[in-house]
Amino acid sequence: MLTLLVFLPLLGSLLSGLLPSFVGKKGVIWVPTVLCLLSLILSVILMFQAISGESYTIILGNWINSGNLKIGWALRLDMLSAMMLFVVMLVSTLVHIYSIGYMDHDPHKARFFSYLSLFTFAMLMLVTSNNFLQLFFGWEGVGLCSYLLIGFWFKKQSANAAAIKAFLVNRVGDLGLILGIAIIYYLTGSLDYDVVFNNISSILHLDIKFLNYNIPYIEITCFLLFIGAMGKSAQIGLHTWLADAMEGPTPVSALIHAATMVTAGVFLVARCSPLFEYAPIALNFVIIVGALTSIFAAFIAISQNDIKKIIAYSTCSQLGYMFFACGLSAYSAGMFHLVTHAFFKALLFLGAGSIIHALTDEKDIRKMGGLARLLPYTCGAMWIGSLALVGLPPFAGFFSKDIILEAAWAHQSSNGYIAFYLGLLAAFLTAFYSWKILFLVFHGKARSDISKAHESPLYILIPLFILSVGAVISGWIGYIMVDTHHDFWHGAILILDNHKALINAHHVPILVKASPIIVALLGILLAWLFYIKRTNLPLIFSSKFSFLYNISKNKFWFDELYELLLCHPLKVMGNFLWNKGDIGVIDKFGPDGITYICKKFASKIKSFQSGYVYHYAFTMFFGLIALFSWQFLIFLGWI
Amino acid sequence: MTSWPILSLMIFIPLFGAFFISLIDGDERIVIKNTKMVAMWTSIVVFILSIFVWINFPRSSGFHFIEEVTLFSSLGISYRLGIDGISMLFVALSAFLIPICILASWKSIKFRVKEYMILFLLLESLLIGTFCALDLLLFYIFFEALLIPMFLIIGIWGGPRRVYAAFKFFLYTLAGSVLFLIAIIVMGYSSGTFDIRELLEHNFPYQLQLLLWPALFASFAVKTPMWPFHTWLPDAHVEAPTAGSVILAGVLLKVGGYGFVRFSIPMLPNASDYYAPLVFILGVIAIIYTSLVALMQKDMKKLIAYSSVAHMGYVTIGLFTFKQEGIDGAIIQMLSHGLVSAALFLCIGVLYERMHTRMISDYGGVVKNMPKFSLVFMVFMLASIGVPGTSGFVGELLVLIAAYKVSGYLAFATGLGMILGAAYMLWLYKRVIFGVAENKNVKNLIDIDKREYVIFVPIIIGVFWLGIYPESFSIEFRESVVNLVNSINNRVLN
Repeated sequence: MLTLLVFLPLLGSLLSGLLPSFVGKKGVIWVPTVLCLLSLILSVILMFQAISGESYTIILGNWINSGNLKIGWALRLDMLSAMMLFVVMLVSTLVHIYSIGYMDHDPHKARFFSYLSLFTFAMLMLVTSNNFLQLFFGWEGVGLCSYLLIGFWFKKQSANAAAIKAFLVNRVGDLGLILGIAIIYYLTGSLDYDVVFNNISSILHLDIKFLNYNIPYIEITCFLLFIGAMGKSAQIGLHTWLADAMEGPTPVSALIHAATMVTAGVFLVARCSPLFEYAPIALNFVIIVGALTSIFAAFIAISQNDIKKIIAYSTCSQLGYMFFACGLSAYSAGMFHLVTHAFFKALLFLGAGSIIHALTDEKDIRKMGGLARLLPYTCGAMWIGSLALVGLPPFAGFFSKDIILEAAWAHQSSNGYIAFYLGLLAAFLTAFYSWKILFLVFHGKARSDISKAHESPLYILIPLFILSVGAVISGWIGYIMVDTHHDFWHGAILILDNHKALINAHHVPILVKASPIIVALLGILLAWLFYIKRTNLPLIFSSKFSFLYNISKNKFWFDELYELLLCHPLKVMGNFLWNKGDIGVIDKFGPDGITYICKKFASKIKSFQSGYVYHYAFTMFFGLIALFSWQFLIFLGWI
Repeated sequence: MTSWPILSLMIFIPLFGAFFISLIDGDERIVIKNTKMVAMWTSIVVFILSIFVWINFPRSSGFHFIEEVTLFSSLGISYRLGIDGISMLFVALSAFLIPICILASWKSIKFRVKEYMILFLLLESLLIGTFCALDLLLFYIFFEALLIPMFLIIGIWGGPRRVYAAFKFFLYTLAGSVLFLIAIIVMGYSSGTFDIRELLEHNFPYQLQLLLWPALFASFAVKTPMWPFHTWLPDAHVEAPTAGSVILAGVLLKVGGYGFVRFSIPMLPNASDYYAPLVFILGVIAIIYTSLVALMQKDMKKLIAYSSVAHMGYVTIGLFTFKQEGIDGAIIQMLSHGLVSAALFLCIGVLYERMHTRMISDYGGVVKNMPKFSLVFMVFMLASIGVPGTSGFVGELLVLIAAYKVSGYLAFATGLGMILGAAYMLWLYKRVIFGVAENKNVKNLIDIDKREYVIFVPIIIGVFWLGIYPESFSIEFRESVVNLVNSINNRVLN
């Protein structure tokens, strides 16, 4: 059943991608969609199996076999993978359905659905892997599909550039991940999760010497794995690709860049909890990076005007929450937020897509306004999504975000408090930019001609409705994940006994519990002041605090910095090595130099062969004299 | 049937075919048609034989299918042939690529077709001979004779600067081979035999090894090619006709790597150990330096040529880790590169046949008219980048893992190639395939036809096969590599 679940999307992808004429014009859309739906049903069944405590591994065959390295193709079902399977399949199926409406006018539908299903397959391989290498297979596979889908509209230069950027930034992270994998193999001689996790105690005492410091191997390993997670999940430093990735079609942004692929980093950390638990330094690093990203991305989001970019930075920020939850050893809280976030962020993206669709590709929220009347269902969906995002009860985000912030407080360390306060501030900003979108798009006066706007077709509204329901109830239902009285994860996540942040999170002061709601309400209030009550405030504010505004507006100049420090120097170096290194040195002193010298020498020598008899006679005569004198001197005994 | 001299058959059938072609005479059109048919069928027969060898190959270490005819008993020189798991796969690779080359030249070669086909069959015979030879001198003869058909193919059917490229190619390789010849003579006389099997067991004195190793290295490093002996490759590729590039990148470069794994490492293990850091440094330079240079190329063929140097950097690093994973990885990387770079040159050939330009800036928006071609090209681009599931990944991963066992820094530097490799290939693909077609010739492009499908599909199958189930290849050479690793460890440690 698991095998079927994983390979059905691949089948759909191959059918509509390679044999479009076989499945027919309607088939290229419906075949992948229906196959995904089947997988979704299977994933629900499997999740109930996993909840009842079942876990197993299906071996499909050998992959790489060399020396001690024995890697198989295998599918693993446990609570962690079952949870991910369900989330991935649900969002993927809904996005498939949504795309039927959204991509209606596109001539390359077959290609689009093929990529979507291929992505789903890669994601399933990632989450069901039982070893690090197959994880890497899925990891790069989803990256590849993300590249293909961002660049789906291949005529747009910006889309192509964004696609390459996404792939390359991810590759930087992947280098960290693969090096981490190499170290794991070096230490344990295996890459199977079970073998590695069970032998962890035998490698804890090993140190690596790095710049005269002795660092435990496990810290370096976790650090490198986390670099990989940072790339995929767009954490600070490696986040630059995510906002650009919005060049892709909106359903793609919802599926890949909100609900599933970008959360793979969180999944990786949760999956490797048996490693991270023994690496306190790396865990602290995770907390800091996560907390910084959550505030940093939220701060950028407040000054953006492209609706998709705002939501993209919001995703970045929410991923930060998930990471610092993991860093606090509250992996299940991170996973909980991952699930609820998948619902409400996919909802927000699909809602945004519905708006963009209605306004024929307008993305600038300054040019919208007053759409609530024309797009009532979309408006409702966006409200629900935003309420869930900022974490007001009883919506989903309330439960998951609250538990994370409570765990940060309960961690009782300086890093925990830093994470708590930064997270709180980020929650405030989140509420602000969320309601900035709502107010500017749906309320107030229309700032451009919106008379042609129309509510989207059913294909688009049905997924919005289902996700809205999810965004409301997933918090209630999912709370079992972090309930410490239940062994929900059945051992898929390891938390050491002395890491008590999650247990203590249920016993924090009432003010701490209430603070996320208070800041969220304050944020909404501020957004109301700015964009409804006194609409001249944003301008006054941006000119008064132009320094802060510019930082936010220009996204901390990360892109410019990378261009200046990396891209440009590399190109210059490439040219230098080519023209000065290859042509200027190696060729000049190598083959060309030698031929030059030979030619020079030969042209000197050849003048001896003049063809005149008297030249030769003279030379001969001279030679004979020299020879005779030589012999004569020897004869005399002078030499 | 295994008692048949099947290796000799594989060497002589192409020669026979070439001879047969030289007899064809008559009307120009008929001559060309018959020439192509004869060449095609000859190479297909050889390919079928190679499959037969593969199927019947006993997966144990040591050499099989041995043939031996004494030539000069006083000098200990014989006509000895035999293959082990490593050489068998290279024989199969050669036999696989030659029919593809012939098919790829079906339309693009318009003059002197007869001579062209004769040279390709000769090349096939010599390549298979090189991988089968079990006598050091015989190997040398095949190894050096390879130069001649390649030199002529570049020099006659090449581009405008073909003479310069051909001479550069010749000069480099010749410089290496002179030293190699001296080394062979010394090795033969100091051990008293030219039999490779006996030489593999022979222990050369340490000082002698240190002298012999650079001589062998000079020859193999040029062929591989390693930095800084690589500058002949971009020129040779750019000027060579498509099929010439295919066979050059696909098999000829592997002769260098094969030389390392067959001669330098097992025969001179102590010297290999001594010089390994040098190889690592050159390998890392090759990966980073040539990747950066590839990034800035304006000519598609040059770009792929430079990427070949980078990929062969992985091979040399992997081989000289002396780890099972490293050597396995290097061999798989060679096979993978044999398929992928060959296919990439074929892709460029497809475009060149239609547009008669190799400049990247002349393209853009190709996908509009050639969606199928774009898909094919993408598969090979991804394999070149080393996306898991394609052949490129397996080799790179194993080399990286083995490199980590040697040093973390080496693994890191090797890994940088992953990022840079993705950068230049994706950028190339974007500039050629995506975007809006501005060149009006691009707007009139026609997608790949049946003949081109027949060329690409087998390679695509190979790329995925090697990427998803490399076991069916690695099982053939596993025993040989295990033996090799054990013997190095024994001899270096003692």
